[in-house]
Amino acid sequence: MSPISASPKRALFYAIPIAVVLFFLPLLIEPYQVTLLEYGLIFAIAALGFNLLLGYTGLLSFGHSAYFGMGAYAVAFIVKYLNITSMEVFLLGGALASAAVAALFGFLCVRYTRIFFGILTMALSQVLWSLAFKFYWVTGGTDGLRVPTPSLLGVTIPQGEEKMMFLAHRYYYYVLVIFFLSAAAMWLIVHSPFGKALQAIRDNETRAEFVGVQVWHYRWVAFLVSGIYTGLAGTLWVPLNGLTTPDILHWTFSGKIVFFTVLGGFQTFMGPIIGGVVYNYLETYAVGHTVYWQMVLGVVLVLLVLVLPAGIAGTAGRLMLRLRKAA
Amino acid sequence: MILLETKSLAKSFGDMHAVNHVNFSVAQGELLALIGSNGAGKTTLVNLISGLIRPDSGTILFNGADVTAMSVHDRIRAGIARSFQLVTIFDQLGTLDNVELAIFSREAKTRRLFSLASSDHAVREEAHEVLREFGLEDRAARAAGGLSQGERKLLDVAVAYALQPKLLFLDEPTSGVSTREKAPIMDIITSIVRSGKITAVIIEHDMDVVFRYSDRIVVMHEGAILADGTPDEIRRNEQVTTTLLGTGLEAHDHARA
Repeated sequence: MSPISASPKRALFYAIPIAVVLFFLPLLIEPYQVTLLEYGLIFAIAALGFNLLLGYTGLLSFGHSAYFGMGAYAVAFIVKYLNITSMEVFLLGGALASAAVAALFGFLCVRYTRIFFGILTMALSQVLWSLAFKFYWVTGGTDGLRVPTPSLLGVTIPQGEEKMMFLAHRYYYYVLVIFFLSAAAMWLIVHSPFGKALQAIRDNETRAEFVGVQVWHYRWVAFLVSGIYTGLAGTLWVPLNGLTTPDILHWTFSGKIVFFTVLGGFQTFMGPIIGGVVYNYLETYAVGHTVYWQMVLGVVLVLLVLVLPAGIAGTAGRLMLRLRKAA
Repeated sequence: MILLETKSLAKSFGDMHAVNHVNFSVAQGELLALIGSNGAGKTTLVNLISGLIRPDSGTILFNGADVTAMSVHDRIRAGIARSFQLVTIFDQLGTLDNVELAIFSREAKTRRLFSLASSDHAVREEAHEVLREFGLEDRAARAAGGLSQGERKLLDVAVAYALQPKLLFLDEPTSGVSTREKAPIMDIITSIVRSGKITAVIIEHDMDVVFRYSDRIVVMHEGAILADGTPDEIRRNEQVTTTLLGTGLEAHDHARA
């Protein structure tokens, strides 16, 4: 979000080394570690979508669990009612379902800003959570719905291949490709004339209106794109998790998406990506080492707000700037 | 030719008649100054015409068409733009981005999600040209939030100007800047407005500025138009000098003597 317009060359300068590392990493680390990274990349996609609203449009959503959950439950329903296990069908279904919900919820929310926007997004997501919770004959209630291993590009998992190997190898590369496509598309969106209009709305809503930007309309489109991203993340997450439960529709999961983004830094493009990956490791190790893991995360959040309000990416950016000036 | 005309335009806030059945008109090509003490209704009148607030009654005709019920967006399309008294620019965007956004919006390109803003060379070129005209060229890459107050005022006007309006409202373009900076800012603005053949209405408190730069002056007082004429006529108008400008003008004459 630096005022100096970012060039594609500069973006590739960062993206290519990251792509190389992410490509070769599964050859070097344990399958379990690969799946952790996979979760992280999926959360990164969710956070990228979320941050289109927070970082670029100035709207703090506390209801993004709704879209993540819709992406996940859409897959479970496709399996349950249509008996289809194609990942491409999952992605299409997840995108459509999350888009439909985001279009409706967005329509209701974009007239509001700040706390009113946050509360309304949260309330609406809780409606979905209670539906998933109560309509157990459709949703499985707290037991959730199981999702089998999907076929990728029409290829089903070969007989005898262990599920873990599938998830840590084929499925990892599938997720990785979608992650890069999503990140590239988001990079383009935030640097497009449309993205500039969103940032203008964030900086000064009234003036944006008087430059001819139809504020509610643009916010709605941003909300829609944001919801689809988070929905896609939910869709990718289900086969990895093997199960979807109402937990991912609960507002506390929305809180996690906020956490990813703040941890990484919402004022940078890379922030939500770093935040999604780092948060997942953080939570996994906190859960693995102590029953008080929630307290550990709470302390991290407090420290973050007090010491590193710009998040990991924002702080790193500032340090680099300072070093460059000193040199 | 009359470009803009209001007919019996009225807006009240509670018991206060902020704009009290005002018939106001702007002729094509003129640089009009709207003056009056605080609370006279100047800004409310501009807010009504630009669409920020809705009138209680009355009509607004622009270019012969009734724009009273039009949205802000449609008024901008029709050619009405404005700047704000308290600077409203996009602080976290670059100075160049601020102007580019206005151009993208004017050309209906802000709907493009999947094209790089910086690769539109025609827009970039035009934005640089606008910044050059406003003397802000060397600030292009800076964040707008980091500009000086005078530069921010100029950028505010530049953003409105980049919309290529037919009618431009400038709400106190020199408020909040030092006296020393006022003349250069007004010189830049008036020369651009005149060379671009834009009709402009300037709200201004500084009488020095008003008499020096405007073709016509409209004086408002308590929600109504008190006087309307050339700078010389207004200067000679006793009603104006006693009720409104009295002390200011005398002080101004003394200062000049």
